[in-house]
Amino acid sequence: MFGSALNRWGDLMKKVLVYAVLALFSLMFLAPFYWMITTAIKSPEELYVFPPKWLPTVFNFDNFAKAWTIQPFNTFLANSLIVTLLSLIGQLASSALVAYGFARFRFKGRDTLFVILLASMMIPWEVTMIPLYMEFNALGWINTLKPLIVPAFFGAPFFIFLLRQFIMTIPIELEEAARIDGANPLQSFVRLIIPLMGPALILVGVFHFLSSWNDYLGPLIFLNDQSKYTLTLGLSQFRGMYGVEMESIMAVTFLICLPPLILFFIAQRYIVGGIATTGIKS
Amino acid sequence: METKVKRSTSLRLQKTIPYLFIMPWIIGFIAFTLGPLIFSLIISFYDWPIVGEKTFVGLANFKEMFTDDPLFYTSLEVTVKFAILFVPLNIIIALLLAMLLNKNVKGSGLFRTAFYLPSVISGVALAMIWAWVYDGEYGILNYFLSLVGIEGPNWLNDPTWAPIAMVIASLWGQGTMMLIFLAGLKNIPKDLYEASAIDGAGKVAQFFKITVPMLSPTILFNLITTIISAFQQLTLALVLTGGGPLHSTYFYAMYMYENAFKFSKMGYASANAWFMFIVVLLLTMMVFKSSSAWVYYEGEMKAGQKG
Repeated sequence: MFGSALNRWGDLMKKVLVYAVLALFSLMFLAPFYWMITTAIKSPEELYVFPPKWLPTVFNFDNFAKAWTIQPFNTFLANSLIVTLLSLIGQLASSALVAYGFARFRFKGRDTLFVILLASMMIPWEVTMIPLYMEFNALGWINTLKPLIVPAFFGAPFFIFLLRQFIMTIPIELEEAARIDGANPLQSFVRLIIPLMGPALILVGVFHFLSSWNDYLGPLIFLNDQSKYTLTLGLSQFRGMYGVEMESIMAVTFLICLPPLILFFIAQRYIVGGIATTGIKS
Repeated sequence: METKVKRSTSLRLQKTIPYLFIMPWIIGFIAFTLGPLIFSLIISFYDWPIVGEKTFVGLANFKEMFTDDPLFYTSLEVTVKFAILFVPLNIIIALLLAMLLNKNVKGSGLFRTAFYLPSVISGVALAMIWAWVYDGEYGILNYFLSLVGIEGPNWLNDPTWAPIAMVIASLWGQGTMMLIFLAGLKNIPKDLYEASAIDGAGKVAQFFKITVPMLSPTILFNLITTIISAFQQLTLALVLTGGGPLHSTYFYAMYMYENAFKFSKMGYASANAWFMFIVVLLLTMMVFKSSSAWVYYEGEMKAGQKG
């Protein structure tokens, strides 16, 4: 009897320990976010003090509007939205189409092509970055948003792979019935498969939105003019700029992080489930 | 006769339909991946400025890189040192967090969110936040260190500590790897642990005899992706330190980037890129080759048990 009480005590201690470690790590992962937010609403006098102030005495919410106008962030926002939304449409349409082709047809060279598709995911972007720059330069696309949008209309290997796996789980009987009724493959794809692909398309959409919205190297290499900058590029130039204080940088950083964070909270179960089933992210 | 012709065209059409579906990817692959890859190899044999005369130089770019460019070795050293610290730490932390989350604790969803949150924001935003966290005078990190009586360094301006700062900031974004481990852990059958507990195995023995072998394919996958990501480290260096101080965070990818877009040596930078590509390929192959020694696939194990 004494032994079982001791056991229970031991179990409780273990539980407490697990919670303590989890809480400690959570604090470590969240502290930088808190530091960003609290800095963003500080007044200049409370910014550079040691020890740091955990909560500002006055919440300066107008820091956000003030910081946003120091640089033409509205222009950057418009560019980011154009790039992200247009490439999102292209990515979803093309990746789904190609995925359907790989999932539902037997044709000569299919398996070889699919292996090539998978292998191409291993090529580091840095290797193709220089020739891509020269290619876009020859096309006259440098300093336009095209290099950040057009390639998305040709599908991305990882998304094609992911969508193909999803389509293969859908029973083929419906499409066979439709074919007997005279529907062509494109009609089957659009009317029967697309409506069933909801969760997979959401997952691809979220991943693409995050990578496009957060992209820095693409804009850095392909854009020169400030009028063409995206938000991440605008933010990177913000630091070290004369007269720009930390509270402005943190305010803009917070605003740029907001859409991905909101999207993550909305689509959390798709993301977590998606990574769990595929095991990879671009 | 007429119907026969019709049928053969419709048959041909039938045969081309699949290719029409995958055509976007084929065009994109040639235009944005394969073409550039080949082009990159070609110009690596040229002296190729962005504007001006292009001249064929044979292997001179590669020769210069290996024999006459101290920055090549500096950046390689920075990258390898980073990888030696970052690769194991990243895997250990991600695995530890995944194991804790797997313990059926209440609120594990909230903890999971906290650990994954940094992975959804931009690398630029991440760099901005850490630049302020690392601030030598007013930064929150040195404040925490001062609480335990340590006087923190001026992280980003100190050649010894700046590379460490890069590792810590990169570890903050381990979320995806943690989720992959978590999914792997959930796939390990519970009865393995129960059976071994009856046989008197302790937690440590269970970890090394069950968890690690069962998870080894996942560990292999994460190992490869982390090694590749260490060689691609660029955003953080560009935004946070600009490669400094004293080239202490001058990563290989940054060396390549500067050769191309700062010094306009496209041919030379392409030679750099191909060297990186080959190193990454070789490392991946080495990890794969070694994997037969330490990766256990379930199918194999079952076959082994039967035999």
